Amino acid sequence: MDTNTTNPPGPVTTRRLDRIGLNLYDIAQFVGRFFAEVFLPPYEGREILRQCYEIGVRSLPLISLTGFITGIVFTNQSRPSLAEFGATSWLPSLIAVAFVRALAPLLTALIAAGRVGSNIGAELGSMRVTEQIDAMEVSATNPFKFLVISRILATTLMIPTLMVYTVFIGLLGAFINVNQNEATSFSAFMNEVFGAITFLDVFSSLIKSFVFGFTIGAVGCFKGYHAEKGTEGVGKAATAGVVTSMFMVFIEELLALQIVNAIR
Amino acid sequence: MLSDNAAVISVRNLIIAFGSNAVLRGVDFDLKPGENLVVLGKSGSGKSVLIKIIVGLLRPDAGTVQVLGQDVLTLTARELDAIRLKIGFSFQNSALYDSMTVRENLEFPLVRHIRNLSRAEIDRTVEEALDDVGLKQAINQMPSELSGGQRKRIGIARTLMLKPAIMLYDEPTAGLDPITCTEINALINDVQERFKAAAIVITHDLTCAKTVGNRVAMLFDGRFQRIGPFEEVFAADDELVKQFYDYNFTT
Repeated sequence: MDTNTTNPPGPVTTRRLDRIGLNLYDIAQFVGRFFAEVFLPPYEGREILRQCYEIGVRSLPLISLTGFITGIVFTNQSRPSLAEFGATSWLPSLIAVAFVRALAPLLTALIAAGRVGSNIGAELGSMRVTEQIDAMEVSATNPFKFLVISRILATTLMIPTLMVYTVFIGLLGAFINVNQNEATSFSAFMNEVFGAITFLDVFSSLIKSFVFGFTIGAVGCFKGYHAEKGTEGVGKAATAGVVTSMFMVFIEELLALQIVNAIR
Repeated sequence: MLSDNAAVISVRNLIIAFGSNAVLRGVDFDLKPGENLVVLGKSGSGKSVLIKIIVGLLRPDAGTVQVLGQDVLTLTARELDAIRLKIGFSFQNSALYDSMTVRENLEFPLVRHIRNLSRAEIDRTVEEALDDVGLKQAINQMPSELSGGQRKRIGIARTLMLKPAIMLYDEPTAGLDPITCTEINALINDVQERFKAAAIVITHDLTCAKTVGNRVAMLFDGRFQRIGPFEEVFAADDELVKQFYDYNFTT
């Protein structure tokens, strides 16, 4: 049976591949420009702090709620499987490993991609189409430094910080559930938690979160900074900021898993 | 007549195309010190493109652009920024930073480019600038809370913070009611008088052209077809000029 995949690439396929190739080239150039300019003065310290507040502090309510609920739900859903083997005492260890290795970095990154990625894409996209970025440039301020570098640095610093916070808030949710069902004390719970996780778990999750943060910031900024004219372009930039960064986060998670498993 | 050296902006054989669309096909002109040159033309004729090239936002395919004696097309980023500090660019949609208040918008160029300014000096300069455009009461408002005319005036005030030698106005009266247009025209004349700044005013509004222009240039088919005082340009027996005049003054 003939399928499209066996056909030689037609003009539409070629155009799509060209577009993807050009897009990747543009993203590579954008990231290259970030590294070329990030260490050069002027340093936008005030704007970086403002963005850290916007991205970090303003994400706390959502992160707290989702992290806490995930902790409770994950513990509750894991209990029956462990109970079958009479191993409910392993719940703290299981939850700690799951949260530190995968749940907290992924949960934080996906929430940030949804909240921060779309926000950055829409904000910069709107600034692009209303000529605010041009206005900044003609007033002799480098908009790439002021708008892009500050946001990418803020996401790169704030996502790992939020990830650590998610671990604790998730474990708190898990503890409340375990405490109610198994009457485990806080110190016993924490002993189990710290006994289960290793330095490699913590280190790899932190590195992963830095990469996720950089990706979310870079993708959101790239999509917004290059938004096409019109309000439609702003919407597209916001959506693309979320979708692309989520997709990238999953790819990176998969790669990180392979690397960590090879080390372990 | 002023020589080329005395011109604050000197443009020669400027050519730019977007794909197959040739927008500017050889624009030549000099902007004399202290004069207001109005560039008239249809929508899409390349008027805004022209001033965006002058300020270095767009790069032409050919030609030279001298601003205050320097060729902007050969400058380094740092040199271009130094030239940009001497140019005020008023955007068609004002381009106020909508995440900042009016005060922060006006402070923005000041705190970034003038060092060691005290808080009191910054406040005084911002208040003076707002007073100049008659909007002192709007100091703590967000741009979204302002009308179109107010945004235009705040936009002009922001460009004046660094006391530019050249002003570039992109459609300053577009989308405004006649009374606000009159106020904006008066403000442009006031800026010319008080700051002694030369200006290029991009518009298709003949009332604006007549009120603020020392000279008027008609951009058509990618070139300046006519350039001179308003009365001279519109006295010409030219179908294009007549169409423009009739549309603005007889309809």
